[in-house]
Amino acid sequence: MEPKNPVVDYLRMDRIPHIWCPGCGLGTVVNCFVRAIKTCDIPRDLISVVSGIGCTGRMAGYLKLDSFHTTHGRPIPFATGLKLANPKLKVIVCSGDGDLFSIGGNHFIHAARRNTDMTIICVNNFTYGMTGGQVTPTTPIEAIASTTPYGNTEEPFNLSHLAESAGAVYVARWTTFHVRQLIKSIKEAVQKSGFSFVEIISPCPTLYGRRNKLGDGLEMMRAFKEKSTVRNGADTREVGLDFKGGIVCGKFIDRERPTYLERYNERMTARLGASYKPYEGVL
Amino acid sequence: MKADPKGVMTGAHFLDGDHACCEGALAAGCRFVAGYPITPSTEVVERIAARFPAVGGMFIQMEDEIASSIAIQGAVWAGAKAMTVTSGPGFSLMMEHIGLAAMLETPCVFVNVQRGGPSTGLPTLPGQADMMQARWGSHGDYEVIAFCPNSPQECFDLTIEAFNMAEIYRVPVMLMLDECVGHMTEKVVIPEADAIEIAERRFTGAKPGEYLPYETNGNWVPPMVKAGDGHYFHMTGLTHDERGYPVMNAEAQEKCVHRIVNKIRENADAIVRLREAEIEDADVVVVSYGITSRVALKAISMAQAEGIKVGHMRLVTAWPFPENRIRRLADQGKAFVMPELNYGQMYLELERVVQGRTRSLLVPHGGGTVHDPEVIYRKIKEAVQ
Amino acid sequence: MSATEIKFSGFGGQGVILAGIIFGRAASIYDNKFATLTQSFGPEARGSACSAQLIVSEDQVLYPYVTRPQILMAMSQEAFNKFLPETTDDATVIIEEELVKATGLKPGMKLYGIPATRIAEELGRKMILNIVMVGFFTAVTGLVGYESAREAVKDSVPQGTEVMNLKAFDRGYQYGKELK
Repeated sequence: MEPKNPVVDYLRMDRIPHIWCPGCGLGTVVNCFVRAIKTCDIPRDLISVVSGIGCTGRMAGYLKLDSFHTTHGRPIPFATGLKLANPKLKVIVCSGDGDLFSIGGNHFIHAARRNTDMTIICVNNFTYGMTGGQVTPTTPIEAIASTTPYGNTEEPFNLSHLAESAGAVYVARWTTFHVRQLIKSIKEAVQKSGFSFVEIISPCPTLYGRRNKLGDGLEMMRAFKEKSTVRNGADTREVGLDFKGGIVCGKFIDRERPTYLERYNERMTARLGASYKPYEGVL
Repeated sequence: MKADPKGVMTGAHFLDGDHACCEGALAAGCRFVAGYPITPSTEVVERIAARFPAVGGMFIQMEDEIASSIAIQGAVWAGAKAMTVTSGPGFSLMMEHIGLAAMLETPCVFVNVQRGGPSTGLPTLPGQADMMQARWGSHGDYEVIAFCPNSPQECFDLTIEAFNMAEIYRVPVMLMLDECVGHMTEKVVIPEADAIEIAERRFTGAKPGEYLPYETNGNWVPPMVKAGDGHYFHMTGLTHDERGYPVMNAEAQEKCVHRIVNKIRENADAIVRLREAEIEDADVVVVSYGITSRVALKAISMAQAEGIKVGHMRLVTAWPFPENRIRRLADQGKAFVMPELNYGQMYLELERVVQGRTRSLLVPHGGGTVHDPEVIYRKIKEAVQ
Repeated sequence: MSATEIKFSGFGGQGVILAGIIFGRAASIYDNKFATLTQSFGPEARGSACSAQLIVSEDQVLYPYVTRPQILMAMSQEAFNKFLPETTDDATVIIEEELVKATGLKPGMKLYGIPATRIAEELGRKMILNIVMVGFFTAVTGLVGYESAREAVKDSVPQGTEVMNLKAFDRGYQYGKELK
């Protein structure tokens, strides 16, 4: 008898093979994601995954959970509605750097500011893969993309610092090489109450790697291994990424702030008194 | 099902249209609203923000209208009845998510208190120039339902209807107020909760593992589920099959579009709401909606005083357009006059249906106020000449 | 004609809109007439002459806006100057007589004045002058019943202030009755 892969129960096997390229980091991400949530103490039925558009946007569609493949840049506000209508749900957003931080950037900072209880997993491959490799807000300076044929000239976002500044209570970064640490971080983030953020540096050998002569998926993974250092608790101002430079990984932020709903219920109770029944969902 | 008394403010009230819309939503069982302030719709969400905590509802002011228009859809898939509220520029920002609601078949309500446009236009003054946008604003082929209340009382009544239609047909329903109706204060009678009929969401009876989100079993509208019930269902804005899985081919597209369009078209006669007066022996019918329908009545009585046989048709629903009824009246040789606070939008539909068989005249208006009844009256005279 | 067009006017903060709402509520809820209230919004409405427009009718109000008010209530000079020219030749003009000097009235017009601010101050709260005006308005126009207007005042003022507001209403009403 063939040994059963431990993650297949959480995959929509009727949709396999998936559409991702050979060497893409998304397979690793899905694997780590499933292993993380399998070991969480959260009932599977209560987990919802929300994605935007793009290669990572397809993640929701392969996961055998309640899953939503929404519009470009808008998984966070969709997740906000889902979570606030039924706070018992554990809502996890999986999307890419372009989706979450270019078109969806405004939603990210506001959800972090509110400390809406949700986990954001950003697969950062420095490019729009689905549309052929255009520049994103995380593409390093000098890197070639189809819309920066002479090299990118724009300063990229330092996502960890952005997340911390906007109010996230949990911020971590790993690469797809760091599978054990990544599983642990996803698990911590999902179990954390409040707005948690995990950035996963992931290879796109087909587009970003090829254009920038970074080799195939394996070589990119090797580079992740060689160039990364683990610095838990690092100052997020100092973890920005350069083209071909070092990658600081680790859990940077783990702090407490009242969530959106905690503050809401506290305020309403204070103002409306005993007649106010703390909000626990519309149903 | 009857309305939950908790949300029903039974009694006679002196309310503006915006506030009446909020009360209608409460009576309809809406318990989730996401919105962003914009004149002249802000009073709707202000009242909701004040009223919701006491009835177990959740209002959130989102960062913009794009976020608002998709947050409500997240809430619906968690089991809520939900709406968003906006005006002109905000409505423009919501277009993509009207398409998403059409594609996922998410029952939800979009309120647009129309002001003068384009662009920032006239924030505090009325217009009716978003009518085509309500129908065609998102890309792709789909159908919607749109209501046009002409009084605060109807803002209450039709908000309930809008929620009911959204549930029955699983479509985004547009509630197209105008600034005049939204800001006008009149008597609004709210009945007892048990006199208010509410359409319940139709959930599947299938066990987890057996449910296919878009399996219709010969019906137009498939039953729903909600997150957390163990179905592990998938929703995508991509063209999808019965399982809700993306399928990128023409056959799947045909099946998908065919149903989201025809579930409304084939049921149009059941959806369309008209109010008619003195149509039967009329030579000319004035077709109007929203605030313009009231001003038109004034013009009609001026014409009737001169012995002109003129009837009135009010579009309580603007979408779907009442093609069959208009066609029949055109067949009978009746002429049409259509005043609206735009330069010809619903009038294009009228012309399309009348097909030049009888005279159909537009009474255009740029917005900012309502028509002078005298101008409509002159057009009525022109129509019978 | 069965419809009466009314303009309530003054400067921002005087409770002009509330006066219109109370009267509209009295007419529509308690007297079972049709009443349609509109007001100006936006920056132009925040100026020194703000107004609420009310149409009271035996039939449904079709045209929503007031075009030629038959009754003008003015609580400020600027509002009086601005809106008097819009009124009908035989309009009823109701003023706060210490804030408005009524000039330029046409011969067919009827003028009623009340020192509402002073009365409100005597009652201990200057800000209830609008309710004094509503009482006065009710008495001199006779457009809605005394009880209807009183009930509408009760519905429209903040909880806990009903007694004082009804006192203000009655003072205005008496003043009007004595004048008539």
